[in-house]
Amino acid sequence: METVIGKYNYWIYIALMMIGFYAMIAKRNLVKKIVGMNIFQTAIILFFISTAYKKDATIPILIKSQEVIDPAKYINPLPHVLMLTAIVVMVSTFGVALAVIMMLYKQYKTLDEDEIIEILRKKK
Amino acid sequence: MKFFALIIVILTGAVLIYSTLDMPDWGDPNSPASLHVSPRYIEKTIEETATPNAVTSVLADYRGYDTLGETTVIFTAAVVCILLLRRFEDDKTL
Amino acid sequence: MIRLYDDLIIQTVCRIMIPLIQLFAFYVIAHGHYSPGGGFQGGCILGASFILMVIAYDINWMKRRFSEKKNTLLMAFGVLIYALVGVLCILLGAEYLNYGILNKIIPTDSVKVRALGTLIIEIGVGITVMAVMVSIFLNLTTFGKHEKGEV
Repeated sequence: METVIGKYNYWIYIALMMIGFYAMIAKRNLVKKIVGMNIFQTAIILFFISTAYKKDATIPILIKSQEVIDPAKYINPLPHVLMLTAIVVMVSTFGVALAVIMMLYKQYKTLDEDEIIEILRKKK
Repeated sequence: MKFFALIIVILTGAVLIYSTLDMPDWGDPNSPASLHVSPRYIEKTIEETATPNAVTSVLADYRGYDTLGETTVIFTAAVVCILLLRRFEDDKTL
Repeated sequence: MIRLYDDLIIQTVCRIMIPLIQLFAFYVIAHGHYSPGGGFQGGCILGASFILMVIAYDINWMKRRFSEKKNTLLMAFGVLIYALVGVLCILLGAEYLNYGILNKIIPTDSVKVRALGTLIIEIGVGITVMAVMVSIFLNLTTFGKHEKGEV
């Protein structure tokens, strides 16, 4: 029971990750795969942010009037900084993936991955 | 086909949950993520950078080089979108 | 997005709200030192105000006020500001992106000048993110042909 109370946040985010992973490998439409990739990346970002929490601590914006600053009273700012970079990378890959999908549609007139593989096999 | 995908997803989920039994508890102040360099950033951020916001001072002052790389990443994504998609009206080369 | 008719209420409300949204974006960028915010967050809000212009009105209405050439130049200008601040620190004698040496140009404290250096680079990052948001949105929704309007 103590393991469930101590680790249930990790398990929730792993469940979200597996939903996104299933959408990436099992759906046939290309846009649904990209949506699955987005869900997967969001779950990873939330997972890292949940490791930064400390009990009875507040946000990492320091109050200037104190003399001695106790680091146990403020949550860890490092995962937040790294996840800002991860969010920007998420937006960039989403934009480039959508541009590639639009060029594929213009060339093959379909968005189904099985039909695209059939057209490529017949062309050879 | 989708049945194989479901089995692979459940196996991956089980391996990941088995590996979290080794990680520190939620809300533990002595976890290794908050022990080595992070207390130094919180303690010294006002006397070295005059910025009460610890996240901005780490992002733009202590780790400013990573933020330069990240700005280049998003700039490259916009350039790729322009290169792939943009068609001008008086372009005769199809 | 094929437009059927022009809605008067949405156009009037957007005409009032868009300068206020841009003012709020500048506030978020400038107060990155004292409250949650910073360059990326303020740049996204500023880009969203231009996207609201395209959604409520036509695409040519926005391009008459903010052309595509200015947008692409701003996109590169933001990264240039960031890199040039670092080179300026090398020319004054310290390492790359060490803002403590800007003391020789700007006459303040050796600690307060670091806060000024982060403000300059956050402005550069905000300008770049704004231009990237507008550029990716225009290219993705009109399939590359901006003059034909929204497809």
